[in-house]
Amino acid sequence: MPVIELAATINGVRIDDDFAEAFPMSGTAIQITAINEKWALEAATKMTGFATSVIACGCEGGIERVLSPDETRDGRPGVRVLFFGFDPGGLEKQVTTRLGQCILTCPTAACYADYEADTTIELGSAIRYFSDGFQVSKKFAGKHFWRMPVMEGEFLCEAKTGYTGDGVGGGNLLIMARDVNGALAASEAAVEAMKAVPDVIMPFPGGIVRSGSKLGGKYEGMMASSNDAYCPTLKGATQSKLDDDIGSVLEIVIDGLTAEAVSNAMRAGIKAICDLGPEQGALRIGAGNYGGGLGPHHFSLKELLP
Amino acid sequence: MSALTFRLRGEPDERIDCSSLVPDRLKTLGLAEIEKLPVGTTKRKLAAGDVFDMSGDDASDIRFEGGAARLDRIGERMSEGVIRVAGDAGFRVGRVMSGGDLHVEGSVGDLCGSGLEGGRIRVKGDCGARLGGPDAGEMKGMSGGSIRVKGRAGERAGDRMRRGTILIDGDCGRDAASRMIAGTMIVGGRSHGAPGRLMKRGTVLLMGGAERFTPTFLDAGVHDLLFLKLMAEGLISTFGDVPFDGSPMRKMSGDTAVLGLGEIYLPA
Repeated sequence: MPVIELAATINGVRIDDDFAEAFPMSGTAIQITAINEKWALEAATKMTGFATSVIACGCEGGIERVLSPDETRDGRPGVRVLFFGFDPGGLEKQVTTRLGQCILTCPTAACYADYEADTTIELGSAIRYFSDGFQVSKKFAGKHFWRMPVMEGEFLCEAKTGYTGDGVGGGNLLIMARDVNGALAASEAAVEAMKAVPDVIMPFPGGIVRSGSKLGGKYEGMMASSNDAYCPTLKGATQSKLDDDIGSVLEIVIDGLTAEAVSNAMRAGIKAICDLGPEQGALRIGAGNYGGGLGPHHFSLKELLP
Repeated sequence: MSALTFRLRGEPDERIDCSSLVPDRLKTLGLAEIEKLPVGTTKRKLAAGDVFDMSGDDASDIRFEGGAARLDRIGERMSEGVIRVAGDAGFRVGRVMSGGDLHVEGSVGDLCGSGLEGGRIRVKGDCGARLGGPDAGEMKGMSGGSIRVKGRAGERAGDRMRRGTILIDGDCGRDAASRMIAGTMIVGGRSHGAPGRLMKRGTVLLMGGAERFTPTFLDAGVHDLLFLKLMAEGLISTFGDVPFDGSPMRKMSGDTAVLGLGEIYLPA
């Protein structure tokens, strides 16, 4: 008997009849450009560092994709970066702090809004005071920029960017395999497929998290603790949700600017894992939830089958 | 519906005040009421019907056919709609306008776009003095919107300009951007006098160079600035074309006789 009911078996990969439970978040997108891709990625990587989980990092962020020069506002190589927070205020604080420390400081980098909405958070408007009165406001073609003199030359930053209150955080897949090699291969294949989906990020290292969590814990003050039901070394010591053939589990967490984007990413991930098959990859795909009573977004795996 | 058209009966023998002939005012009036609106500036008390033949009924699209340098205050305080002038216009065209579009196919007099707050003014010919500047006793010039003059501009264009964009394709009279507070001015031709005199902040591009600068402007060197490229591309969507392309330019900083945070760019 399977631990969780089966929704389907595709190419030898078992898929749980379960769902990912996700939460509303405020989300935004910005565009970072630089003299070449190396420096655009340098700025974006620094800015999205330590942004894996909103619980401890204040926000979740990641590089959505690399942009070619003809996709960017200033015709230089660039990167699209997404950030998510519990609320617009928290999101703005994180984005502007990181902007000031990681983009303002990065040689040749510029920063632009990349999400159109009536609701906005500040970008350059929040950090312009660094210029000590020498900042220049420039408005043209319906856009507002701040020009900030720096030792290198001038930092150009759009004043504000739009944000959505309909973002979704915490879409996820649990990738269960015979061993860590299989789990990692399947997870990497899924992340690569998800990267092609617009408006989503996978904020953990390489898009993958090994220390999935449950809400709360036995120790006072813990907001989250080890997801013991999916830890293979705890079979027998806890109420495990793992079959006998599962020896390693990895999780992919997905944040999206819309629920549809998260669905699309999960669908792409499931397909990639199934295409890889159980010999090289995963034996089983599951999803993390808290019983369905906490998060309003439920992504049922059987509705996302390839 | 057809454009509400004011066809000039003949060259006016006095100055005509057209400030009441704007979409905001006319949208609730019928032709019979419009004919009675006062436009004269002498004790003869001319009404619109004495000066113009009128036709059409769409007050959001007003046309003046047969312009004259004595038609003053066209588009003054308009906030919506379109006014087209097929010919010349007098002074204060588009003064304190806050929205809409104003097109003049000929030339205009002094104080065009004075105190402009929003909207777009386009002049195919030349304009008089103090384009976008303040009226007598006012502390600020234009504070928003955009003006393009395809021909030449008179002296002190952009005087005390606070915000918005002015593009002059031709030459500029004496002391353009005098006392400029902020905003953007681009001059395609040559600027006479000492442009930027007493400017505090703001950005001026003088593509045809300047006759001279006051000694209180300092050469800050040639710079390749991203904003110039973005502004060139952005203003193309506003004006259709612009006389600069974002190439590196020489920056003059000033006027250090006052705040000194203004910038004048010249071709490198």
